[in-house]
Amino acid sequence: MSKKPSQRRQSKPDIGVLGWLARHLQAVISALGRLLRNPFSTLMTTAVIGIAIALPSGLVLFIDNVRQVSDDWQGVLNLSLFLDPVVTDQQAAQLSERIARHPEIASVRLVTKQQAMQEFRQLSGFGQALDLLEDNPLPAVILVQPTSAHNIEQLTKRLQSRQEVELAQIDLQWLQRFDAITRIAERSVFILSGLLGIAVLLVVGNTVRLEIQNRYREIEIIKLVGGTNAFIRRPFLYEGVWYGLFGALIALGLVVTALSMLQEPVQALAGLYQSDFSLAWVNPNILMSILLGGPALGLSGAWVEVNHQLRKMDPQN
Amino acid sequence: MIHFDNVAKRYPTGKESLTGIDFNLEEGEMAFLTGHSGAGKSTLLRLIGLLERATRGQVWVNGRNLNRLYGRDIPYHRREVGMIFQDHRLLHDRTVFDNIALPLIIAGAGRKEIRRRVRAALDKVNLLNKEKSQPISLSGGEQQRVGIARALVSKPPVLLADEPTGNLDPYLSQEIMHLFTQFNQVGVTILIATHDIDLIRTLGQRIIHLREGQIQYDVKKATP
Ligand SMILES: Nc1ncnc2c1ncn2[C@@H]1O[C@H](COP(=O)(O)OP(=O)(O)O)[C@@H](O)[C@H]1O
Ligand SMILES: [Mg+2]
Repeated sequence: MSKKPSQRRQSKPDIGVLGWLARHLQAVISALGRLLRNPFSTLMTTAVIGIAIALPSGLVLFIDNVRQVSDDWQGVLNLSLFLDPVVTDQQAAQLSERIARHPEIASVRLVTKQQAMQEFRQLSGFGQALDLLEDNPLPAVILVQPTSAHNIEQLTKRLQSRQEVELAQIDLQWLQRFDAITRIAERSVFILSGLLGIAVLLVVGNTVRLEIQNRYREIEIIKLVGGTNAFIRRPFLYEGVWYGLFGALIALGLVVTALSMLQEPVQALAGLYQSDFSLAWVNPNILMSILLGGPALGLSGAWVEVNHQLRKMDPQN
Repeated sequence: MIHFDNVAKRYPTGKESLTGIDFNLEEGEMAFLTGHSGAGKSTLLRLIGLLERATRGQVWVNGRNLNRLYGRDIPYHRREVGMIFQDHRLLHDRTVFDNIALPLIIAGAGRKEIRRRVRAALDKVNLLNKEKSQPISLSGGEQQRVGIARALVSKPPVLLADEPTGNLDPYLSQEIMHLFTQFNQVGVTILIATHDIDLIRTLGQRIIHLREGQIQYDVKKATP
């Protein structure tokens, strides 16, 4: 019988879960073996990958650390309420008590007109001259510490709208500027990560392409005797994963080294600002991203390249 | 088993290597494909192994229309077609045993079965004592027999050979051809391309003769 109208489709031979596992394990190990057989070129490739991963990771970690500090600083964000000079100290005391009861407010401190005058007297040295004044021209001030810096703008507006309050002012506006700057930095690092991620894909893809060229004859023969694309692809995919993993480990090493080198001068700087800031914080999310992202990038780079090469080997019309 | 229906093959270079090929090879039949160099013998075999696709017409192998085989189906088709080449196509960084085991490893056979079937194949081609050798250390005839063992180790119903005796002296060539007739006797369908007409005249098999991409004659049983 040489002609049959219907197409027969063979199914994959059943080799069982253990057989499947054994084949994959064998592929994992032999891929590692191939990498280790050329230690120098493997080191070159993984170093490039490692640096490409370390750069954005290190910056992300740095920004993350800085964010921790600025979060600490958020706690000391204060509001100053300058009251109308016509408000008496008694009225001011009542007002500050009322504000203190508000759940958004952690604490208040009232500087009465009198206290203000005393302070001014001491600091300015105009003691005698001030005695000549009939009325105390200085306003009472309520220093407000909010529970959170979160809605500080709104809180300021609400307090400002009170009749007794002449001016509500957020201290340390620079902190918000600092916040804006870190956001720009974060966005830049995000873009940089994307670009360097693509670079890792290309490096792995290029390495795999060279490897395929070296083993072209072998691949041809495997295809000749009925090797599926999955069978041919497998060792290259595992190679990609190994490259990515080694790259990630190198990246971690670089980042940790860089952080520990920065530790001492940063602490010295922090000391000048009465902060106990240190760079020890390694966000576990970032750690996991590096350790999973590296192999994932390696896998993807290998996948794209092997498929591209295999398609070129398909029979042509 | 193998059926060509008005098949033409034009390479991307524009070269028309085969035109209007019609023939039928029954299951268990054996035939020689002859013709001068450039007549299109290799191209015809490559179409059967789906290393190339026909530009026109239809090729059927073992009940399947190769025009409709794509992607995952191609490797499974090739497992049913053992292919042997003049240059052996062996992997020189692996032992004879590993070379022959390759089709079985690909098919996911178990360790024991691989051992058993590779030994059986080595026995058939008379190379049992060479299983641990490197192919490069073998003679041309021995390397060709390794290639033959690899092609038949998974017991494909079809065997194709492209100039299998191309580099061998007449005595070794006779020996190889004798091997093929033995496989044919156990039911394997075989098509062998060769330009050595003297060698096969005595074998009394069907001869399909190609000339410039067309079948010039197709004699069912040559007289010895
Ligand atoms: N891959 C190819 N690309 C272009 N032309 C080819 C290719 N393979 C073979 N040919 C041409 O097709 C013709 C038939 O070649 P081939 O089938 O190898 O003949 P034979 O095996 O009988 O010597 C020849 O003219 C050859 O140059
Ligand atoms: Mg040829």
